[in-house]
Amino acid sequence: MSDFTSNFWPVFVTVVTLVSIVACLLLLWFTGKARAMTASDNTTGHVWDGDLREMNNPLPRWWAWLFVLTVIFALIYLALYPGLGNYAGTLGWTSTGQHQAELDKGNAEVAPLYAKFTAMAPEAVAADPQAMAIGERLFMNNCAQCHGSDARGSKGIPNLTDTDWLHGGAPATIKETLVKGRMGNMPPMAAAVGSPEDVRNVAQYVLSLSGSPHDSLKAALGKPKFAVCAACHGADGKGNLALGAPNLTDDIWLHGYGEAAILAMVNNGKVNQMPAQADKLTEAQIHVLASYVWGFSNKGVAATK
Amino acid sequence: MMPPERKVIPIRPEPMAAAGTCEGARGVDGEMISLYASHEKIYPRSVSGLFSRWRWAMVVLTQLVFYGLPWLEWGQRQAVLFDLGARRFYIFGLVLYPQDFIYLTGLLVISALSLFLFTAVAGRLWCGYACPQTVYTEIFLWIEKRVEGDRSARMRRDAKPWSADWLWRKGTKHGLWLAVALWTGFTFVGYFTPVRELARESLQLSLSAWELFWTLFYGFATYGNAGFMREQVCKHMCPYARFQSAMFDRDTLIVTYDQARGEPRGARSRKADLAVLNLGACVDCSLCVQVCPTGIDIRRGLQYECIGCGACADVCDTVMDKMGYARGLVKYTTENAMSRGWTRAQTLRHVLRPRILVYTSVLGAIVVAMLVSLSLRTPFKVDVVRDRGITARIVGAGRIENVYRLQLMNATESAQQYKLSVTGLPGLAISSEPLVAVDATQSRWVAVRVQLPPEGAMPGSHPIRFEIDSLDAGGHLSERSVFLVPQP
Repeated sequence: MSDFTSNFWPVFVTVVTLVSIVACLLLLWFTGKARAMTASDNTTGHVWDGDLREMNNPLPRWWAWLFVLTVIFALIYLALYPGLGNYAGTLGWTSTGQHQAELDKGNAEVAPLYAKFTAMAPEAVAADPQAMAIGERLFMNNCAQCHGSDARGSKGIPNLTDTDWLHGGAPATIKETLVKGRMGNMPPMAAAVGSPEDVRNVAQYVLSLSGSPHDSLKAALGKPKFAVCAACHGADGKGNLALGAPNLTDDIWLHGYGEAAILAMVNNGKVNQMPAQADKLTEAQIHVLASYVWGFSNKGVAATK
Repeated sequence: MMPPERKVIPIRPEPMAAAGTCEGARGVDGEMISLYASHEKIYPRSVSGLFSRWRWAMVVLTQLVFYGLPWLEWGQRQAVLFDLGARRFYIFGLVLYPQDFIYLTGLLVISALSLFLFTAVAGRLWCGYACPQTVYTEIFLWIEKRVEGDRSARMRRDAKPWSADWLWRKGTKHGLWLAVALWTGFTFVGYFTPVRELARESLQLSLSAWELFWTLFYGFATYGNAGFMREQVCKHMCPYARFQSAMFDRDTLIVTYDQARGEPRGARSRKADLAVLNLGACVDCSLCVQVCPTGIDIRRGLQYECIGCGACADVCDTVMDKMGYARGLVKYTTENAMSRGWTRAQTLRHVLRPRILVYTSVLGAIVVAMLVSLSLRTPFKVDVVRDRGITARIVGAGRIENVYRLQLMNATESAQQYKLSVTGLPGLAISSEPLVAVDATQSRWVAVRVQLPPEGAMPGSHPIRFEIDSLDAGGHLSERSVFLVPQP
């Protein structure tokens, strides 16, 4: 595979490189001699300020050989490594090859470690300080961008340190979330609920579920209308892990607290995605990472196991 | 008023002045010469005397420090150890992080200014007495003299063809040189790898690849530079030799030949009357040239090759003693003192001159600044990094929360506890664990949550400060950051 845009450039690079090397040798050869005016007093014959004369102060000859050595080095290097246009070099070295070799070496070094963790139950992995140090690094590199370095998330991005799970907090479920990703889908429900007044009443009812400040009269009016929501969120509003429908009674507001936020959600719906990590991380890494995330909300449990 | 005549500085080939034109001269007198010459080996004759004793004292002192320092223990560890792998640098009680690099800069600036100062006062003291090139050459020359004999014996042997004696003496010499060189390389690596461990590994032939490489590399450099390159390093490779003249003036102490007293030079009998012979004090014995490690003739005046070792002064004094003349035909003095015949006191008075005072005051200021900085240094460091993923979030009843990652670096050799707090906005407080424990010499990242009461500040960015107190070792640090308040 060539990195050049046309057949001109590899030839150009080759010619310029070789000509430069030969030019270096010629330069060395021609500057190695000088016409000295008076060899008798060992000066070059140059006089400054009337009386300041330049001594002929020759360098040792090995110095010149060092230059020749660099030229020989350059030629050997160009024979071994890619440097002359499309010529690949006898060693067959490539930067991607070196990168891959280093990756393989690194993976081979940690392979026994990961093998050990994969054989352990997630609960045990979460109690292993070495595994957790690896987990922290994996989390920082792959998860913290959205969930924050303290894993507490932000608006629209779930907090991983509490016990409120959209899809379930068992290690196997967390692993599934990591492997396949998740797609949360709240459809726009305003039409199904009824008039805008009905939607406002339902919003007040939803606020009442978690004991938040609300208008109890409107909430009472909204309660029957909640039936369409109950299909996913359950009759008691406690959500449904299988569908990823959030619990509305725990005063945790992933997409914002207050009537306005609830109205926006009912009227507009929301699609929220957790991207799948299976392509980015190995199975063993996901195992460690899932255990690490599980550990956030199970600190005491992990320690005792 | 007449305008001053414009000075013309001609750069001209010498014969041109005579020939009148440049063209006429070229090719007539000129001849092609090579700008390279094969190196001629120098056989310095051994010498004893005041300067030689000083040099040996410096050899012993510098090498005691160099070879001995890695073996010193400090508590449970090596007193001086530069752990590149863990990026911790231990110098007796001090634990330095890469972030402390400024101290190395300070040390280098101090070294450079000291070099300027010493050079301006007393010439190339560094070259003559302390430079590793001089010190190891001195050691190698001593071995060479012990095994092969002094200058004349060595020259005779090198002129003759191979023999059993030649083989035996050269072999012994190189064996001893290599031993010293390897020991030097080993010691060098001992500053970066615990030396006792290194010694054990060396005995078991289980050195790691890098340890072996650096031992051999540094050893090879020592062997090559002190055994073969010698004065060529000073003459052709060392930049200092080329710029030292910028620090010299006519009041700088240098090794000088007293031309007025010495010339005209010539051989004479010990009993001869100088006035009758019309000769100066120089007996033209050429010993000053024979002892010179760089192979120059000091009688031709100050030359850039002169490393100021004073060997010629030492040897000339012994000749003067033998002849019954006063010492000091070649002596350590200033150009001014020599030409004006100053006494020692007069010469010393000229040490205090503007250049010296400037060097001294700048040097003193930096030394004081460095010492103050070291003594005020808190034994820990903190880096504050605002979380990149989460700008701000609302928690609980509208409280605004920002997340930071703090790296706490413990620069002591015991576990430490640090207490975190924040200032800068009313009601701003840390909502995560404010106490952080960090193991000895370790650094640790912690996620820190900072909360502001609802509507505690206008939307936008607000400067805040993290205040970090070390509860055990003492010390306080204040680090800047910003707190973001989102639009409602």
